[in-house]
Amino acid sequence: MIHSLFLVNSSGDIFLEKHWKSVVSRSVCDYFFEAQERASEPENVPPVIPTPHHYLISVLRHRIYFVAVIQSEVPPLFVIEFLHRVVDTFQDYFGVCTEAAIKDNVVVVYELLEEMLDNGFPLATESNILKELIKPPTILRTVVNTITGSTNVGEQLPTGQLSVVPWRRTGVKYTNNEAYFDVVEEIDAIIDKSGSTITAEIQGVIDACVKLSGMPDLTLSFMNPRLLDDVSFHPCVRFKRWEAERILSFIPPDGNFRLLSYHVSSQNLVAIPVYVKHNITFREGSSQGRFELTLGPKQTMGKAVESVLVSSQLPRGVLNVNLNPSQGTYTFDPVTKLLSWDVGKINPQKLPSLKGSMSLQAGASKPDENPTINIQFKIQQMAISGLKVNRLDMYGEKYKPFKGIKYMTKAGKFQVRT
Amino acid sequence: MSTNNLSYNEQGGGAEPAVELGQESTPTASGSTAAAGLFSTDFKKNEDLKEMLESNKESLKLEAMKRIVGLIAKGKNASELFPAVVKNVASKNIELKKLVYVYLVRYAEEQQDLALLSISTFQRALKDPNQLIRASALRVLSSIRVPIIVPIMMLAIKEAATDLSPYVRKTAAHAIQKLYSLDPEQKEHLIEVIDKLLKDKSTLVAGSVVMAFEEVCPDRIDLIHKNYRKLCNLLVDVEEWGQVVIITMLTRYARTQFLSPWREDALFDENSEKAFYDSDVEKEKADSKPYMMDPDHRLLLRNTKPLLQSRNTAVVMAVAQLYWHLAPKQEVSIVTKSLVRLLRSHREVQYIVLQNIATMSIQRKGMFEPFLKSFYVRSTDATHIKTLKLEILTNLATEANISTILREFQTYVKSQDKQFAATTIQAIGRCATNISEITDTCLNGLVLLLSNRDETVVAECVVVIKKLLQTQPSQHSDIIKHMAKLLDNITVPMARASILWLIGEYCERVPKIAPDVLRKVAKSFTSEEDIVKLQTLNLAAKLYLTNSKQTKLLTQYILNLGKYDQNYDIRDRTRFLRQLIVPNEKSGALSKYAKRILLASKPAPVLESAFKDRDRFQLGTLSHTLNAKASGYLELSDWPTVAPDQSVRNVEVMEPQSLERQPSTRGSDLFAYHLLVLLCSDSDDAKEKKRPKPKLDSVSSHSKASSSSDNTASSGSESEEDTDSDSEPEQKKKKKLSSKPQVRQILSFALNCGCKMCLCVTAFQVSSPVFVPPKSHELLHRMSGKGLAVSYHFPRQPCAYSHRMVSVQLTLTNGRDQPLEDICVGEAGPPGIAIHRFATIERLQPEASITVSMGIDFNDSTQAANFQLCTKTDQFSVSIQPAVGELLMPVTMTEQDFLKEQGQLTGMNESSVTITIAPDSMSSQPVGRKVVSVANMGVVPSSQNSIHRFAAKTVSSGSLVLSSVVLQEASTAKLVVNTEKTVLGSVLLRELKTALSQG
Repeated sequence: MIHSLFLVNSSGDIFLEKHWKSVVSRSVCDYFFEAQERASEPENVPPVIPTPHHYLISVLRHRIYFVAVIQSEVPPLFVIEFLHRVVDTFQDYFGVCTEAAIKDNVVVVYELLEEMLDNGFPLATESNILKELIKPPTILRTVVNTITGSTNVGEQLPTGQLSVVPWRRTGVKYTNNEAYFDVVEEIDAIIDKSGSTITAEIQGVIDACVKLSGMPDLTLSFMNPRLLDDVSFHPCVRFKRWEAERILSFIPPDGNFRLLSYHVSSQNLVAIPVYVKHNITFREGSSQGRFELTLGPKQTMGKAVESVLVSSQLPRGVLNVNLNPSQGTYTFDPVTKLLSWDVGKINPQKLPSLKGSMSLQAGASKPDENPTINIQFKIQQMAISGLKVNRLDMYGEKYKPFKGIKYMTKAGKFQVRT
Repeated sequence: MSTNNLSYNEQGGGAEPAVELGQESTPTASGSTAAAGLFSTDFKKNEDLKEMLESNKESLKLEAMKRIVGLIAKGKNASELFPAVVKNVASKNIELKKLVYVYLVRYAEEQQDLALLSISTFQRALKDPNQLIRASALRVLSSIRVPIIVPIMMLAIKEAATDLSPYVRKTAAHAIQKLYSLDPEQKEHLIEVIDKLLKDKSTLVAGSVVMAFEEVCPDRIDLIHKNYRKLCNLLVDVEEWGQVVIITMLTRYARTQFLSPWREDALFDENSEKAFYDSDVEKEKADSKPYMMDPDHRLLLRNTKPLLQSRNTAVVMAVAQLYWHLAPKQEVSIVTKSLVRLLRSHREVQYIVLQNIATMSIQRKGMFEPFLKSFYVRSTDATHIKTLKLEILTNLATEANISTILREFQTYVKSQDKQFAATTIQAIGRCATNISEITDTCLNGLVLLLSNRDETVVAECVVVIKKLLQTQPSQHSDIIKHMAKLLDNITVPMARASILWLIGEYCERVPKIAPDVLRKVAKSFTSEEDIVKLQTLNLAAKLYLTNSKQTKLLTQYILNLGKYDQNYDIRDRTRFLRQLIVPNEKSGALSKYAKRILLASKPAPVLESAFKDRDRFQLGTLSHTLNAKASGYLELSDWPTVAPDQSVRNVEVMEPQSLERQPSTRGSDLFAYHLLVLLCSDSDDAKEKKRPKPKLDSVSSHSKASSSSDNTASSGSESEEDTDSDSEPEQKKKKKLSSKPQVRQILSFALNCGCKMCLCVTAFQVSSPVFVPPKSHELLHRMSGKGLAVSYHFPRQPCAYSHRMVSVQLTLTNGRDQPLEDICVGEAGPPGIAIHRFATIERLQPEASITVSMGIDFNDSTQAANFQLCTKTDQFSVSIQPAVGELLMPVTMTEQDFLKEQGQLTGMNESSVTITIAPDSMSSQPVGRKVVSVANMGVVPSSQNSIHRFAAKTVSSGSLVLSSVVLQEASTAKLVVNTEKTVLGSVLLRELKTALSQG
C-alpha cells in the first residue's frame, strides 16, 4: 500500500520523509517537482502522477504537499483519504498544520505516523485511540515530563482498539458534563448576470463537541428529518435506527467530531440570503473601466448577514483599481489581480457598496469576460434549510448533561457571474 | 528507482546557501556528501549523540534518540550510530524503546549483522503478557528486512496467528505481507496462516488478513468460499480501511462465482425501451429460464449498501464500484447521490470521483442526468477538475438538456482560463456531432468565436469546425470562405493546417478563393511548420487535379520547395505526389486514378469521449485513474456462463474432519476428544453383550443414544466454541468417563424391561437396495499395472462372506499381449480392516477381462483399505477408498418408527444443515434419486410431499443412520442426518448436501 511519505513545502523542499517499507530514494519526488513546475497554480498539480516504478499520490493542504509513494495497484481514494486523515490528526495534535509546527514536533509526528500505518496499511486512525497511544504535546505536560521523566507514549493497548466502539476510550470523566452540537449549513450557488439562480444547493454538517463521562448513549431527533436527502455518518451512528425511525442514535466519541454531513434535497427551493448589484464595464479603446458593486440582504428571516467577504479575480489587463468602499476595506494585488473587499456586517438600511474605476493597460484590447465574484458570509442562529433539532436524550448514564444546539448558515462556493 | 537520475538540490532549508552546491545522485547519503560546511556540523553532532546514547541517564538517551529521529525525518544519514542505538533496544522506557524501533526498521537492512543483535529481545517480547508489547515486537521483528531471520519470522507469525488477542493476530496478518515481500519462497506456509486467519471471527483481523490475501495469493479464491458469508456479515463492523479492501476483494470474488444479473434486464436498458413493447422479444424472454439471483450475491449487495453513508470517501467509492460491477442495472443508480455528495470533499477526492463518474456517465446517462447542475464549473476549480466536469457535461448532453448545457458552455468559452475555453470548444464540437439538431446552432456559434481575440480559442474553433463541416459539407461554403480569410491572421499551426485541408477538400465549392490561398501559402512555405507544409502540398495536389490551368506553376513551385525540404516526411510526400499527379512516361497506372485517390470522400471523424475505453478497468482503481495497467492490478473477470457450485460457501455446523486436516496441535486435540466421545457413547462392553442377541441390537443402540444425548447435546455444540482453551477437553474427558456408570445403569434398566420393549420395537428389515447405475472407480491403471487394469464398484448387495463386510466387485482386464497368471490378493492392511480375498485367478488371457467379488469390512470408517494385488511376476499396492454412502445397507421402516428413532438420535448424534437446492430437484423424484445415488439408503414412505426420509444401517456395526430432507420455500431445504456414528454422519451430510445442491 503506502510505501513512503514525503512532505513538500510551497518552495519545493522536502522537509520530512517517512518510509514504511524499504527506503525509496527521495529523487522519486523529481517527477512531482516536474509536474509542479508545469502547473500554473499550486492546485493544478495532478493528484496522481505515474513514474516508471512508482506512483505518486499527493494532496495539498495548508500549502504543504503530502506526497505518498505507491508501488502497486491501490484505490487512489484510499490513499487520498488517508493523507487527509493524517493532516486532520496533525491539526488535532498541534492546533495548526504548518511546516513549522511539524518541524517542531517531528518526534511526535514520527510516532504518530508509525502508529497510523503498519507496512503501509492503516492501523489506527481514530483520534481517540491515537491520543491514548501518544498524548498530544502541551506545555504543561512537556514541563512535567522533563521533571518526572515520564513520557508521552502510552504503555497499554488503547481500550478502543479492541472494543466494539473503537472511537471511544473508556473511563472518561468530566466534572461538567456537556454536549454541544453545531448545525452548520453551507450554500453553494451560481448566480448569473441577471441575478437569477443557475444552481443552488445546501450542504450541512452537524459538528459535535461531547464531553460526557462514562459510556453515554445519545439519541438526537429532528423536527423535519425529511429535509435530509443524502447523509453520511460518523461510524458511531447506528444506521438501522436511522433507516427505520430517522433518529440518530449513537455512543459518541470523546471530544470534537463530525456527527453527520447531509445534503438537502434539491426539490426544495433554496433561499438565497444576499443579492449583488453590479456594473463592471470596460470600454473599447479607453484605458479606464467602471466598477460598481452593491450588496444587499434578502430572505434572511430578520437575521443579520455577517463576516461578508467579497473577492474577485480581475482580468489580466487591469493594472490597478481606484475604488471607494462605503464600509470595510478593500485590497487589490496588482500581481495576482485579486481584489478582495472585507465588508463586515450588512446593514439593511445602508447597503454596502464599492465604486470606482479601474485603470487598464494602455493599448490592450478590452477583456472579453467580466470577472466572477465570490462571496463569503455567515448568518448566525439560522439554518437556511429550516432543519431543526427536536430533542437530544441520553441513556446509559445517570447524571444530567448540559446540552446546547447552535445553528449557522455560511456561504460555501457562492459565485456571482457578471 | 530514478531512471532519469536528475540531480536535485539538497533540502536543507533556504537559509543555507551552501546547500545549493550539494548536488548528488544518491539521496540516502545526503548527510555525508553535502557541502563541506554542513558535513562537518553533522559529523560533530553525531559524535555527541554517541556519547549521549552511551551515557547512563535515560533522559540523555531519549534526547539523543529524538534528535536522531529528527535526522531520519530530514532524510539525513544516521546509520553510523547503529551500534550505539541498538544497545538500547531493551530499554525500560517505552518512548525510548519505540524510537529505537523506528531507527531499527529504518537502518536494519543496511546493517544486517548488527541488527541480528536485537532479535533475541524481540523474541522475548513476543512472550510478554502485555498484548501491546507482543504486537509491537512482532511489528518490528517483521519490519526488519534481514533475510537471515526469515525462519524466526515465520515461527513468530505462526504463533501470533493463534494469539488470544485479536490485536496481535491483526499484527500477524500485516507481518504476512512483510515476510512475503522479503522471501516469496515462503508463500505456501503463509497461505496456510492466511487460511487460518481468514477463519477468524474478529472484525479487527478481517481487513488485515484480506489485505494479506490480496497481496500473497489473490488467485486462491477457494480460501474465500467458506468465509464469504462471514465476511459479508462482518463488513459493517470492520474498520473503514478494512472495508475498502474487503469490498474490492469481494467484487472480484463475486464476478467469478455468480451469474450475471444483467442478462434479463438488458430490457431495462435506456436505449432499448422499444424492445419492451416488442412482443417477440417478450416471448423469447419468457421461454428462457428466469434469472434467479444467488442469495449470496444478494447478501453482498444488501450488506454493502449502508456503507454508502460512510464518512470515508474510499469506502463510498468502493461500494459504488461494487454496485457498478455487480448489481442489476436498475439498482446501480442508488450510488449516484453518494457519489455526487463526494464532490463536496477535497479537491483530490473530487478529481478521482469525477473521473469515475465520467466513465460511468458514458454508459449510463440516466444515472447522473438529474444532477447535471452539480457538474457546473466554478471559476475557482482547478484546471483538471474543470476539464473533467466538462467531460461529464458533454457525456450527459441529450436533446432535452442540450440548450441548458450550451448556455452554460457559452459562459465557459468566455473564461479567462484560455486553455479551459479551448477545451470547452472541443466539448461543443462533441455535443454538435452527437446531437444532430444543434449542429447548425453550434456551427454558427463557433464561427462567431472565430473573431475572438485569443489565438488558442480561434485555433481550437477552426479544428472543431473542420470536423463538423466534414460531417455535413453541403451548405457551408460561406463558412469555408470565412475561414480562408482567417488564414492571414492565424499562426497556430494546427489551425492553419486545418484551414488548408478544408479548402483543399472542398476546393470545388470555393473555386475562386482556393488558388489565391495556395498563392499565399506558397510564399510563406519555407517558414511554415511541418504539419502546415504537408497540408500545403495536399492542397496544391488537389488544386492541380481540379484546376490545373490556374495552379500548375504554383504547384510546380511548391513541389520543388518540398523536394529540398529538411524534413524527410515532406520530401517523401512531395515525391509521391509528383509521381501521382504529374503524368510522365515513368509513372504507372496509378496516376490515372489520382483524382479518385486524392479526392475520395472521406469519412467524418467521430468525436469520442476520452473516457471511452476506461471501462476496461475496474472503477475506483489506480489503473482506471491512469488509464494504464498499474503493476499488481487484478483483472476483473467476466461473469461465468455456468453458475459455479453454490454449496461451496455453505458452512458446516460440525466438522471434525476439517479439524483433523489442520496441522495445529489444538485441532488434533479436539479431534482426539471427539473420538473419545464417540468411544464413550459407543461403549464397547455394551456392544459385546448385545452382539449375541441381534434382536435387541436396536434397543441397545437406542438406550445408548438417549443416554449419551443427554450430556453430549450440550457438549457437542460447546466444543466448537471452546477451541481456544486447551484445558477444556481434559475436563470434558473426565466428565465423560464419570458418566459411564450412568450409561450402564440405563442399560441394565433397558435389559430389565427388555422383553416389554422387544414387543414394541421391531427389528428393521434390511431391504433390497434401490437400483442405481453402478459407478465404477479405477483401482489400478493399465500403465502402472504393467498392462493389468483393475476397476471396482460397489454392487450394493449384501456380502456373501460376512454380514459386516461390504461387497466390492473388481473387474480385471489384461491389456498386455501375454496372458497374466496367478492373480491374487497379497498383504492387506491397515489393521482393523478385514478383507475377504477373491480366489486366485490362474490365467487371464490378453484382452480378456474377469469380474470377481471381494468383501471388505471397513469398520464403518471411510479409511481406505490397502492391499496388494499380485501377479506371478509383479506386486501392485492398491487401495479402495469407500464412499460413505456405500458403508450403509438400506432398511425399511414406517414413518412412525422413523420419527421415534429420530427422536432418540438427537443432540450430538444429529447434524443438520440448510442448503440451497437446485431448482430442478424440488420435486420428490429427484430428491430421492439423488440421495440414493450417493448413499445406499432405503426410502421411508412419507405422508407429506415436502419431507423425504431415508433409513439405513451401517454395514459393519449395524448402527442406524437416518436422513431426512425437508423442502422449504425459496428452493432451500433442511437436511438432517441422525446417527450415533457422528463422524460418518457428518461426512454423509456433506456428501448429501453436495449432491442435492447440484443442478
